Amino acid sequence: MLAAIAFYVLAAVAIVSAFAVIAARNPVHSVLFLILTFFSAAGLFVLLGAEFLAMLLVVVYVGAVAVLFLFVVMMLDVDFVELKQGFLQYLPAGFVVAGFLFAELSLVGAASMGANGAPIALAPNAPTEITNAEAIGRVLYTDYLLLFQMSGLVLLVAMIGAIVLTLRHRPGVKRQDIAAQVGRRRSESVELKDVRPGQGLG
Amino acid sequence: MNPSADYVPFVNWPVEVEWGLMKAGQVLAIMILLLLTLAFILLFDRKVWAAVQLRKGPNVVGPFGLLQSFADFFKFVLKEIVIPAGANKTVFILAPMISFVLAFVGWAVVPWAPDVVIANLNVGILYLFAISSLGVYGIIMGGWASNSKYPFLGGLRSAAQMVSYEVSIGFIIITVLLLVGSLNLTAIVDDQRAGMWMWHGFRLFDVSGWPGNILVGVVMLAMMGMFFISALAETNRPPFDLPEAESELVAGYQVEYSSTPYLLFMIGEYLNIVLMCAMLTILFLGGWHLPWGPVDSLGLNAFGTSALAMIVFYVKIWFVFFLFAMVKAIVPRYRYDQLMRLGWKIFLPTSLVAVAVIAYYVTFMAPPGAQHLAGG
Repeated sequence: MLAAIAFYVLAAVAIVSAFAVIAARNPVHSVLFLILTFFSAAGLFVLLGAEFLAMLLVVVYVGAVAVLFLFVVMMLDVDFVELKQGFLQYLPAGFVVAGFLFAELSLVGAASMGANGAPIALAPNAPTEITNAEAIGRVLYTDYLLLFQMSGLVLLVAMIGAIVLTLRHRPGVKRQDIAAQVGRRRSESVELKDVRPGQGLG
Repeated sequence: MNPSADYVPFVNWPVEVEWGLMKAGQVLAIMILLLLTLAFILLFDRKVWAAVQLRKGPNVVGPFGLLQSFADFFKFVLKEIVIPAGANKTVFILAPMISFVLAFVGWAVVPWAPDVVIANLNVGILYLFAISSLGVYGIIMGGWASNSKYPFLGGLRSAAQMVSYEVSIGFIIITVLLLVGSLNLTAIVDDQRAGMWMWHGFRLFDVSGWPGNILVGVVMLAMMGMFFISALAETNRPPFDLPEAESELVAGYQVEYSSTPYLLFMIGEYLNIVLMCAMLTILFLGGWHLPWGPVDSLGLNAFGTSALAMIVFYVKIWFVFFLFAMVKAIVPRYRYDQLMRLGWKIFLPTSLVAVAVIAYYVTFMAPPGAQHLAGG
């Protein structure tokens, strides 16, 4: 009973806030609603018994990715009214995308149902005595090792690409060299000048 | 979460009702304990700071100034709440509440003693990590909603800073997880039950394991130091208090806040600091176990063991907080580029190498009983 209430509350919050992401006038509010959507999705994962995935969703998406979204959106100097003007123009394209997504989801949903409407187990049920994290680790580092490593490589390439694209060396920038600062000796930097009265350093 | 199967109800009520009431009572008790702790730890912070500077610190309200925090509390609550005209009202009010609530929910998984924990999650440490990474939202939302330059700059700084140091905190936590083989906080504490030399921070002093564990001991000692420094940065504590650097940003994201919302921010900030102290205690300093052995080795009854465990854990938290306070008193503030350099160029590579070293140790060198991950 409790689980059912929790599910409906979380699902409702997720859907309403997902709608608010596109409906909100202010882009910062949109991102905040997006965060709420992520959070509700994490709650749904917990209800499914996938607490490890839920925590990863919170750590990675809510704790890092969305922070950077928020960071960028806050710094953008955009005219909110102008931003909303193309809304109706793009609406048909949005409906087409939404239609495709819905069709795909329905297909997956239908394919995972048996003849009597009960869900088919797509993967063999994990043994119950090991924890979530261990179960994921066991398949990730054995059966799917190649895919896992390849996706890691793809991410690495993407990261290096982003750095190469945005990195530019400007000449004439003074950089701090901590090793040189720490390695400096008194004899190299301080000099005693004996200034005679009335003569100056001339 | 539903009551576990072996739960025996006390009274003749529906089991879910009684269980829910009991959990609510536990939550209330922990909250009161935390708020009282906070009142005195704030005073302690100021007293340590004052002592380092050869001052007396707060000493007017109550004996030795013991009631200072309560006086401050009433002063905050009784003032007027000022909301700037150009502020985004909803987000402006929401931000301190988020800070405050997030600071409390992290404590739900912190084990105070064997079986004295509100929610004994299997992914406890990940939960703590997730909650502490959410703390940035209160600050960045407050900074943005104030519609003012200094708070906004403070909010941005804090977002960049907390995201940077989370990465190294994550890797440091992984080194401990590799040694323990579990994400459960109670399991992490019990892995260190043998005594001080088995605390993850002090593995180096486990003479019986020499010379095999010297490398892992050195690495874990370094990880403890790095966790401490990253915790300072993660909680915006001096010397990394750039989001509220008073010489540059007045008070950073808190500039426009007054009265109770400011109080909520401050409680959230200090509670996060205490939570970080608790995390350091659990991960590296043996949690509730005594320096010379497990807490249940004294032959006390169950209640006595729990009480002693709570006291030990509490004392350790206060000790770590004392270190936090000393750092605040002694170390000058970092410059922003130095902070970023430390986080990305020093801590991140070091902690990555540490994860590799510990993984190698656990797989190939650990004593047979500890090879929980290698054999599976």
